[in-house]
Amino acid sequence: MTTQLLLIQALNGLQLGILLFLIAAGLTLVFGVMDFINLAHGVQYMIGAYLAAWIAGATGSFWLALLLALPLALALGLLLEFLVFRHLYDRDHLQQVLATFGVILVLNQGVKALFGAAPLQVPMPEALTGGIRLMEGLLYPTYRIAIIAGGLATAGLLWWLVERTKVGMLVRAGATNAPMVAALGVDIRRLFMIVFGFGAMLAGFAGVLAAPILSVEPGMGDHLLILAFVVIVIGGIGSIRGAFVAALLVGLVETLGRSLVPDLMRLFLSASEARQVGAAIASMLVYIAMAAILAFRPAGLFPVRAG
Amino acid sequence: MATLRAEAPAILLLLALAAAPFVGFGEGYMLTLLARAMILAMAAVSLSLLVGGAGLVSMGHAAMLGFGAYAVVILDDARVTEIAVVLPVAIAAAAGFALVTGAVAIRTSGVHFIMITLAFGQMAFFTASSLAGYGGDDGYTLYSRTEIGGARLLEDRLAFHFVCVGALAGTWLLCRLLLASRFGRVLRAAKGNPLRAQALGFDPYPYRLVAYVIAGAIGGASGFLFANATEFVAPAYFSWQRSGELLFMVILGGVAGLHGALIGALGFVLLEEWLSHQWEHWRIVFGVLLILAVLFLPNGLAGIPGQIAKAARR
Amino acid sequence: MTDPLLSLRNLRKRFGGLAVTDDVSLDVAPGEIHAVIGPNGAGKTTLINEISGVLRVDGGRIEFGGRDITGLSMPRRARLGLARSFQITSVVPAFTALENTALAVQAGAGSSFRFFRPAALERRLNEPALAALDQVGLAGRAHTPAGAMSHGEKRQLELAIALATQPRLLLLDEPLAGAGPEETERLIGILRGLKSRYAILLVEHDMQAVFALADRISVLVYGRVIATGEPDAIRGNAEVRAAYLGEDDIPLAGAA
Repeated sequence: MTTQLLLIQALNGLQLGILLFLIAAGLTLVFGVMDFINLAHGVQYMIGAYLAAWIAGATGSFWLALLLALPLALALGLLLEFLVFRHLYDRDHLQQVLATFGVILVLNQGVKALFGAAPLQVPMPEALTGGIRLMEGLLYPTYRIAIIAGGLATAGLLWWLVERTKVGMLVRAGATNAPMVAALGVDIRRLFMIVFGFGAMLAGFAGVLAAPILSVEPGMGDHLLILAFVVIVIGGIGSIRGAFVAALLVGLVETLGRSLVPDLMRLFLSASEARQVGAAIASMLVYIAMAAILAFRPAGLFPVRAG
Repeated sequence: MATLRAEAPAILLLLALAAAPFVGFGEGYMLTLLARAMILAMAAVSLSLLVGGAGLVSMGHAAMLGFGAYAVVILDDARVTEIAVVLPVAIAAAAGFALVTGAVAIRTSGVHFIMITLAFGQMAFFTASSLAGYGGDDGYTLYSRTEIGGARLLEDRLAFHFVCVGALAGTWLLCRLLLASRFGRVLRAAKGNPLRAQALGFDPYPYRLVAYVIAGAIGGASGFLFANATEFVAPAYFSWQRSGELLFMVILGGVAGLHGALIGALGFVLLEEWLSHQWEHWRIVFGVLLILAVLFLPNGLAGIPGQIAKAARR
Repeated sequence: MTDPLLSLRNLRKRFGGLAVTDDVSLDVAPGEIHAVIGPNGAGKTTLINEISGVLRVDGGRIEFGGRDITGLSMPRRARLGLARSFQITSVVPAFTALENTALAVQAGAGSSFRFFRPAALERRLNEPALAALDQVGLAGRAHTPAGAMSHGEKRQLELAIALATQPRLLLLDEPLAGAGPEETERLIGILRGLKSRYAILLVEHDMQAVFALADRISVLVYGRVIATGEPDAIRGNAEVRAAYLGEDDIPLAGAA
C-alpha cells in the first residue's frame, strides 16, 4: 500500500468521523441531558438527506437545498418531539427504545412510500466538483474536503455554544445532574425541546452533507445510528468532547480497518481467504475497540454523569 | 391452585397451537406461518427471561438466532446435516457468543447495556454479511433440511409443526423452572433491588451472565429451527431490526410473565402477516401501532384484562 | 473483656474536602449492642456503609472475627456473617415477605446455582425464613408482597431478612426511622429479644430506644468519635451535652 492510498483512506476516515460526530453530538446530548435513548436519531439523518434530494431535485440548487433542509429538519424534529418523544421522558429505557423503534419503522417506510425504494442521487454543487492536489500524485475530491471543513467548523461552533453560552451551560449542567437543574427553576422541558430540535437539525445537516456522495435510500440512517451509539458509549454519554474524539477514532478505525486488515491478512493467508477473513475482522474492529475501551473504562473515555 | 391459574394462558395457547392443524389451520401456508410464529416465540420467551427475569434489556438477541442459523448454513455447506451434530453446534455457537459478549456487556447496566448488546449484535450481522463463501448479503439456500438419524423427518410439514410446538413448550417450561429456582430467585432479586441482593452476599454478575448464556443457547436453538423452516438464511433476518421486533414482542405481550412473550410473538407475527396483505406500506401502520402500544399499554396485551378491571372499578 | 467481634481502627474517609470519617476506632464485642449516636451529618450512615462494604475507606483497618476485611467486597463481607439493614427500607418489593426472607436464608444455604427445583417449595429455605419472620412478629404476613406492606412492617421485614442470614453481627441503620409510636414500641421489643444472641451495631436517632437497649454508646460528631462508654457515662459527659446543645431529643434527665 502506498503512502498516497493510506492518506486517502485516512481522509476518508476523517470524513466519516465528522459525519458521525454531527449525528453523535445530538444523540449524546439528548441522552446525557434527558436520559432519553433515541433510536430514531438515525432516521433524522436520513430525513436530512431526503430533504436535500427533494429540494435539490425541485430547484436544481444544492445550496438552496442546504438552506431549506436545515429549518425543515428542525421543524420535523420538533414535531416528533411534540407528538411522541415528550410523552416518553418519564418512561423507562425499554419503552423509549420501543417507541422510537416504531418511529423508525414509520419514517423508513414513509420515505419509501413517498420517494420509492430506489436510491436517489443528489448532484454535487458546481463549485465543489473536481479535486484538490494535496501532494504529488494525490488528488482528493474537493467536496469531501468541504465536508471535513464544514464539519470541523460546526464542531467549533458547537463547542462555543456548549462551553460559552448560557443555554450551553444549562445543557452541561443538565448532563451532569438533570434533577438539580430542574430544582434550580429552569424549565427543563423547554431545555429538552431545544436540545432535541438542535440535535435533530445537526443529524439532518449530516444527511444533507452526505447526500451528494452517498446514495439516498430508506434505512440509510440505521447503520450510522449504530456507529453513533458506539461513538457515544466510547466517548462517554453526554460529553461533546468525548463524542468528537470517539467519532474520529471510530471513523478512522472503520475506514482504515477495511482497507488495511485484508492486506495484513494476505501475509498469512491466500488472497481469497484474506479477503474474506479480512473483511470479517475489519467489520468487527470498531466493536472490538469499544469492548476493549469499556473493559477498562466502563463509563467511556470522558465520563460526565455525576455519581 | 394459584400457580396453575397463572400458567393457564400459556398452557392453553400451547394446546391450541398443537391442535391447530386439526381445526382448519392445516394447509401449507398456515403451517408455515405458525412455524415462523412459534420459532420467534421461542426466541421471545428466552428474551423475556432476560428482560422480565433479570432486567437485562438486550437489543442484540437476534444475533443469537443468527449464530444458530449460520451454524446450520456452515455445516450444510460442508454437507453435515445430521441433527445430532447440527443442533448442538448451533446451540454451542450462540451460547459461546453470548458468553464472550455477555462477559463484557454485563459489566455495564441500563442504557449502556442496551447499546452494547446492540453493537455486538451488529458486529455479528456485519460478520455474516462479509462471509462471501456463504452468500454474503444475499444469503444462502440450504441443500436440505436437517436430518434425524439420516431420515428427512423435518421435511414433513406436520412433523415440523409438532417439532416447533415441542420446542416452544420445552423452552417455556425450562424458563419457567429457571425463574422459580434458587437461581431465578437471585436473578429476580437482583433485578428488583440489586443493593439488597449484594448486601445478602449475592454478586449479581455471575447469575446474570449464566442467564444471558442460557437465553443465548435457546436463541441458537430457535435459529436452528428458523434456518430449517425457511431453508434460506440471510444476514438481514438477524439485523438489529429483528432484535427490536423480538423486544417488541416481549413488551407487547407484557413482561410480568413468560406467557406475555408467547402472546406477544404470536400476535406480532399474525398482525404483521395480515397487515402486509392489506397495504404495501403496512410498516407505517405497524410503527404507529407500536408507538401507541408503548404509550397506552404499559403492561402489554397480557395486562389488558387488568387495565379494564381497574378502569371499571373507578 | 472478650476479643471484639468487630474492630475498627483509625478509619478515615473524605468526600472532597470534607472528612466524613475522621480517625474512627471502635469495637463491638460478641453479644453486645453498641449504639452509635450523633447529630445529623455526623457520618453515621457513612460508617455503616464502610463497615458493610458499600463504601471504600481511604485509610484504616476493619477487622471482623480477627480477620482483616478492609479490602473485601460487600458480597464477600456478607458471606462472612455481616448483615445489615438499610435506613431507607430495602426489600425486594415484588417478593412476598417469605420470599424476601427465604432469599436471605438461601444466601447461607449452599449454592444458588440450582436451576430446576422450585425454590418456593424448599423446606430447607422456608422453615428458617418463617422462624425469622416469627421472631419479628410477621409470621401472619408471610405471603404478603413486601411492596404492599406498611412502613413499620417493612422495618420488621428488614430485621427478619438480616436475622435470616444467621449473621454474627447485625448492622442496623436507624431501624426505627419513620415508625409511629406503636410500631416503635413493637420494634424495641423485638430488638430487646435479639439482645445477647447477636452482636449489634445500632445507629439510631431515637434516644429513648438507644438508652434502653445499648450496652455501650459511641458519640460521633463531624466524623470523629468524641466519647465511648456505658449509657450512664455518656449521659453525664459534658462534651456530649455540648455537641447536642439545642437538640432536645437526648434524654438528659436520666430516663430509661
